[in-house]
Amino acid sequence: MRFVDEFREPELITRTAQEIRRLADPARHYRFMEVCGGHTHAIYRFGLMDLLPPNIELVHGPGCPVCVLPMGRIDDGLSIAEDPNVIFAAFGDMMRVPGTKGSPLEYKARGMDVRIIYSPADALKLARANPEKHVMFFAIGFETTAPSTALTLMRAKAEGIHNFSVFCNHVTIIPAIRAILDSPDMRIDAFIGPGHVSTVIGCRPYGWIASEEGKPIAVSGFEPLDVLQSIVMLLRQLNEGKAIVENNYKRVVPWDGNRAALKAIGEVFEIRPYFEWRGLGFISQSALRIRESYAEWDAERRFSVPGIRVTDPKAAQCGEVLKGVLKPIQCKLFGKECTPEHPIGALMVSSEGSCAAYYSYEHRKASELVNLSAV
Amino acid sequence: MTGAPPKLRFRDPQVDMAHGAGGKASRRLIEGLLAPILCGAQAEPLGDAAHVNISGTRIAMTTDAFVVRPLSFPGGSIGELAVNGTVNDLAVSGARAVSLVVSFVLEAGLPTGVLEAEARAMAAAAQRAGVTIIGGDTKVVEHGKADFMYITTAGIGSLIPGLQTSAASVRPGDRILLSGPIGDHGITILLARGDLDLEANLRSDTRSVLPFVEALAAAVGSDVRWMRDPTRGGVATSLNELARDCAFGMRIAEERIPLNDGVRGACELLGLDPLHIANEGQFLAVVAKESADAALAVLHATPGGEAAAIIGEVTEQPAGSVLVTTLYGGTRIVDMLVGDPLPRIC
Repeated sequence: MRFVDEFREPELITRTAQEIRRLADPARHYRFMEVCGGHTHAIYRFGLMDLLPPNIELVHGPGCPVCVLPMGRIDDGLSIAEDPNVIFAAFGDMMRVPGTKGSPLEYKARGMDVRIIYSPADALKLARANPEKHVMFFAIGFETTAPSTALTLMRAKAEGIHNFSVFCNHVTIIPAIRAILDSPDMRIDAFIGPGHVSTVIGCRPYGWIASEEGKPIAVSGFEPLDVLQSIVMLLRQLNEGKAIVENNYKRVVPWDGNRAALKAIGEVFEIRPYFEWRGLGFISQSALRIRESYAEWDAERRFSVPGIRVTDPKAAQCGEVLKGVLKPIQCKLFGKECTPEHPIGALMVSSEGSCAAYYSYEHRKASELVNLSAV
Repeated sequence: MTGAPPKLRFRDPQVDMAHGAGGKASRRLIEGLLAPILCGAQAEPLGDAAHVNISGTRIAMTTDAFVVRPLSFPGGSIGELAVNGTVNDLAVSGARAVSLVVSFVLEAGLPTGVLEAEARAMAAAAQRAGVTIIGGDTKVVEHGKADFMYITTAGIGSLIPGLQTSAASVRPGDRILLSGPIGDHGITILLARGDLDLEANLRSDTRSVLPFVEALAAAVGSDVRWMRDPTRGGVATSLNELARDCAFGMRIAEERIPLNDGVRGACELLGLDPLHIANEGQFLAVVAKESADAALAVLHATPGGEAAAIIGEVTEQPAGSVLVTTLYGGTRIVDMLVGDPLPRIC
């Protein structure tokens, strides 16, 4: 398969892993944050941890859209779905994320009209096909998915489709990275930078991470070779005492981003003054809302929702895990009350969530190793 | 019966789609609620078919219900699945299907032509598998109360001499064999639903796996330790069940798992693991190390088994888990499927 196999070539991987071992100073401990859930998933899926020397620690970042969504927003969206006239449409990623009274899939099991869609355009298609119903698209994602939501809203307006709305939960990545760097308990040496987000926003917005915070960052793709090569770049920068933004995903990321996509975002959305992130709390100017000119298609304006802040269960330490302060396995609920089958926090739901990735791919292996070393 | 009634471990308040997806939730439902009530404490380990003793003759018996949307898809249809599914459950329990009975639940408004086509598909599949259909039942429900039609088949089979398979006989060092490329059926269905604007040159792999079972029985007989047709939940779920039942680990090598490009591409795009995708005509076996090469040779020589491979082995550790080694020597645990495979978009 082109554009995949080249980046999984065993010999190149082995050589890159050797290069990492050569570059890593054995006297130092490195903490690299991979920002995206997609990176986390790839690291576990390909067993990349096994290829790294023990003094390189990968810390999982906040770039998993369903993981950072607070439960109150899910409740709000699902409260709209309780209207028998409404079709609730969302990506498959959302379907198992728990709200206070259950996940979208559980709502579906109780008879509510919940549909899995593959693009916002499909939600609009549903609205055209069901003129007697109202279709609400529960939009999630960073700058990666915001343009397609924007284009769909533009089309709804142009075509005059009035039985369609969007419950907007789009968030932006830069404020989240800033919140992590501002967090006092956080020590990160460098960043494996977002891949898909950068196809839209480009590399420029990361400049301050290098220039003001002095942290190297390499924008990275999601194949094993992408991730390892980014680690090489970060090690080189640290060894040379440099901190710059490097683009290691040039095959899809233009330095200046995608102007057409940014323009669509600007046409439809504006920045919210503040938005709540699970685990990170309220972050100012960190999310998008629908502009006044598209008010008719804004589910938050059309429907009244409870809008109640729901705190995560006390014992759950999603926030600490999300910020990379704790490893998934260090959370008190991990693998006990909270499993992929009965997730308490969203990090245990999405396959990009670090808890789910850790649970599926690592933790039994880890406990085995502990058992073995005890023998 | 004496003693206290069995304790029920199943605590979920309602049945969800996940309970039918063949993974963890299905297992909990069956082991935690249905089997203790229906089969009691003396229930046998849950295999694909039960072996029963009738007047001194041991026979195998099983049943399977089929719900699929759309009813027909590239490479097959619900009728064909309904025959092959039961034939295969019997086959991997070490039995040759002899006779089937069938029940139809039909929705009012179903075009006769569709029913006729499915009946013909069943007859043809039965003929190919060498089994007779000897009876059945039909019910009709109101329009909108069923997905056009549901089919249930039940079958009995005669035990194939020389086979003595069970999870308990599996030992570290045994080899894991797979008959061919995985995921074709599940991905074909996913694409045939038309919700995704994706196309691939794929066909369901629905077929009888009895020829593989008979070939192994003839060639290596009692060295076959365990067999399974990895349907819902895929190869990962079947191997996890084995790992739990035998309390050893399963170590498989990613690069040895046969995979068609269409399945690989769709899985990459949708964030799915081919090891979790359903098959309807693949065959998984654990064979003693000494006989593994001979077993592979006969699978290769069986029509449809040309791509068969030894994909891994049984290991002491990690006990109860399935470990995949990646191309670069990294490893990952592969768990049972949780719920239905859901595509990952954002």
